[in-house]
Amino acid sequence: MSNGIIAHLWLIPAVPLAASLVILSLANTQGTAAAAVAVGGQVIALLFALAAFAQTLATPGYRAFQNFTWFTFGEQSLRLGFVLDPLAAVMLVMITFVSLWIFVFSVGYMAADRNFTRFFAYLSFFSAAMLGVVIANSLLLLFICWELVGLASYLLIGFWIHKPSAAAAAKKAFITTRIGDLGFFLGMLWLYDRSGTLLFYDGGGGCIEHAGLVSLGASATFIALLIFCGAVGKSGQFPLHVWLPDAMEGPTPVSALIHAATMVAAGVFLVARTYPLFSFGAVHGVTPSLTVVVWIGVVTALISAFIALGQFDIKRILAYSTISQLGLMMVSLGVGGVAAGILHLLAHGFFKALLFLGSGSVIHGCHEEQDIRRMGGLRGLMPVTFATYAIGMMALSGVPLFFAGAWTKEDILHATSEWPASRVPHYLMLLGVVLTALYMTRQMIYVFFGQRRAAAEHAHESPSVMTLPLIVLATCVVLFSAVLTPAWPWLHRYLSGERAVFHLAQLIQPALLLALVFVALGIGLGIAIYRRAAESDPVENASPALFRFLENRMWLDELYDGTVLALARALSRASDLLDRYFWDGLARGVGLIGRWLGRLTKGFDEHAINAGANDAAGLARGFGRILSLRHSGQVQTYLGVIALGMLALLLLYAWLI
Amino acid sequence: MTPTLQLFLIVSAALFCVGLLAALSRRHAIFILIGIEMMLAAAGLNFIAFWRFGPQPAPPNGVMVTIFAIAIAAAEAAVGLALVIAAYRHYRTTNVDQLDQLKG
Repeated sequence: MSNGIIAHLWLIPAVPLAASLVILSLANTQGTAAAAVAVGGQVIALLFALAAFAQTLATPGYRAFQNFTWFTFGEQSLRLGFVLDPLAAVMLVMITFVSLWIFVFSVGYMAADRNFTRFFAYLSFFSAAMLGVVIANSLLLLFICWELVGLASYLLIGFWIHKPSAAAAAKKAFITTRIGDLGFFLGMLWLYDRSGTLLFYDGGGGCIEHAGLVSLGASATFIALLIFCGAVGKSGQFPLHVWLPDAMEGPTPVSALIHAATMVAAGVFLVARTYPLFSFGAVHGVTPSLTVVVWIGVVTALISAFIALGQFDIKRILAYSTISQLGLMMVSLGVGGVAAGILHLLAHGFFKALLFLGSGSVIHGCHEEQDIRRMGGLRGLMPVTFATYAIGMMALSGVPLFFAGAWTKEDILHATSEWPASRVPHYLMLLGVVLTALYMTRQMIYVFFGQRRAAAEHAHESPSVMTLPLIVLATCVVLFSAVLTPAWPWLHRYLSGERAVFHLAQLIQPALLLALVFVALGIGLGIAIYRRAAESDPVENASPALFRFLENRMWLDELYDGTVLALARALSRASDLLDRYFWDGLARGVGLIGRWLGRLTKGFDEHAINAGANDAAGLARGFGRILSLRHSGQVQTYLGVIALGMLALLLLYAWLI
Repeated sequence: MTPTLQLFLIVSAALFCVGLLAALSRRHAIFILIGIEMMLAAAGLNFIAFWRFGPQPAPPNGVMVTIFAIAIAAAEAAVGLALVIAAYRHYRTTNVDQLDQLKG
C-alpha cells in the first residue's frame, strides 16, 4: 500500500511543526525570519497537499493508508497510521491554503506586537496539529492531534496574556472542550475494547470497516454518541458552544484560523471520518445517533443565529454565525448528506476566513475598535475591505450563482428535504437561512453604510500585506463555486467517489429557487429593519426585553454559572469545609490528647527526673546550636548535600568493588 | 544503530544529571519540580531499559511497573503544584531562596 505519496504523507504536518520549533528558537527581535519560516513552511505544506490531492484525482474513490506499530504491549500492539482519501485530501488543501493566507495577513496585523515570533510559532504549531488530525488513520492518533489542537488554541486565544479576559477565555475554551473530549476518550476506550483496533482502515480489519462494525453490534450507537461529544465540544455545538464567542479575545488572525480553517472544522471532520460508526445499522438512512446529531445541529444553528442578531461586537457576530453554520453542517451530516456537509465546511473555511480577516482589517483600520455601533460608512474609506467583505457576506448568506456558500447551502437544504424521519429540520434550516442573511445584512449596514460614527472618523485602508489575502480569498470564494454547481458537481462526486458529468439543465434546482427566495427575504428584511440603524438597534427600540435576551446570549452563560458551576463551587466549598473542620478537627483532637498526656507527665518529669538531666540538656543544646548553623533553610542546599552523599556512596561502592 | 543497554543508560544518566542540575540551580519552585520530574523520568527509563535487556523481557511486567510509576508521578506533580500555589499564596513568592522557614 505504501506506493506514491502516502509514504511521505507525514511530512505535511511535520513541516509546519519543524517550522514552529525553528521559530521558537529565534530571538524576539528576529521577527522577519520568524514570519519567513512560518510562511515558507506553510507553502511547502501546501505544495505537498496539492501533490497528495493530485494523487487522489487519478482514480475515483482513491484510498491509501500506511500503518505502523507504535508499541507492543504484551500480546497487544498499538498501531497508528496515515490515510489519504478524498476527504483528507480536500481538507489538507483547504487548511494549508487558508492558513497560508492567514499567516500572510498576520504579518501585517501583528507587525507591532512585541511577541511577534512567539505568535508565528504558535500559528505553525496549530496548523501542524490540525493537519495531523486530517491525515490520521487511527482514532488514537487523531485524538492526540486533536488534543494538540486544543493546546494550540489555548495558547493562541490567551496570546495576549496581559489581558485577564484573554486568559479567562483561553481557560474557558480549554476546559469546555475538555468536557467533550472526556466523552470522546471514553468512546475511544469502548471502541478499542469491542473491536480491538483503533485504525480506521486496515485492509478490512479497521474499526470503521464492515468487519469491525459488526463486532461492535449495538454498542456502535453509544460509541458514536460518545465520540460525538468530542465533536460537540470542538465544533462549538449546543450546549458546549459557550467557549467559541469568548475565543474572540485572541488576535483576529487566530479567530480566522480557529473559526474558519481549523479547530472548529475538526469536530465536523471527526463525524465525517467516523461516519460508518454513526450510520451502522441504519434503517432508511436513520439511526438514533444520527438523529441526535441532526437535532443538536438544528438547535445550535437556530440559537446562535438568533443570538447573532443581538451582538454589537463585529467579531462576536461572526463567531455566532460560525456556530450557526457548524450546526448546519452537523444537520447535513446527520441527515446523510456527508458530501454536502464537507463541501459546506470547505466553502465555509474560505469565506469565514475571508470575513474574519476582513473584520481584522476593519478593526485595524478603526484603531482597535470592535463595536459596530461606533463604525459606519466605512465603504468609501476602506474600498478593498468593503468589496471583499461584501463577497464574504454574500457567500455566507447564500446569495446564489456566484458564491461558493450558496451552492453548498442549497446542497444541504436538498439533503434535509430528503430526510425520511422528519421534515421539521428542513423548515427550521430555511428559517436559519433567513436569519443568516438578516444578521449579515445588519452587520454590513452598521459597518459599511450609513453615517460615519466615532471610530470611523479616522479610519484608513489596511496595508497591502493585509488586503492581498482578502483579495485572494475573495477570488477563491467565487472561483470555488465553479466546482460546486449542480450542473457540474465535480467536488461532490469526487468526495463520494464518482465521476461528474456536465448537465447544464441541472443548474437550476428547485432547492436553489427556494434558497433564493429565503435569502432575498432575509436581506430584504435586514434592509427594511436596519436601514436607519444608528447608535441604537431598531430591534432594541421595538422590543427591549427581547433584545436584552439576545444580547445576553439567552443567558446561557448565566444558566451554566448558576447550575453546573454553582454545583462545582458548592462541592469544592463542602470539601474545603470537610478538610478544614472534620479532618483538621480530628487531627487537632489527637493533638489535644497528646498535649494532655504531655501535661500529665510534665509534673513527673520536672520534679523527679530533671535534676541531672538539665546539664545533659545544656550540652545537647550547645551542640544543637553548632549543628543548626548548617541548617540554612535553603532546600536546594539540602538537595545538593543529598546528591553529594549519593555520589560519595557510589564512589565508596566502586572503591569497595 | 542498534539500541543497546549502554545507550539507554547513558541517555538516562544524562537526563538525570540535567534534572538534578535544574533542581539544584533554578530558583523558581516550578522549575525545581520540573527538574525532579526529569529525574523521575530518568529513573523510569533506567528501569525499563534494565527490564528490556534483562533475562525476561517478554511479558509486560516492566511496562506495567513503569506506567504505574508515571501515574504516581503525575499525582505527585499535582500535589507539588498545589503546594507551590499554596506557598505562593502564603508568601507571595515562588523563589525558594526566600522560603527558608526551616532555617536553624
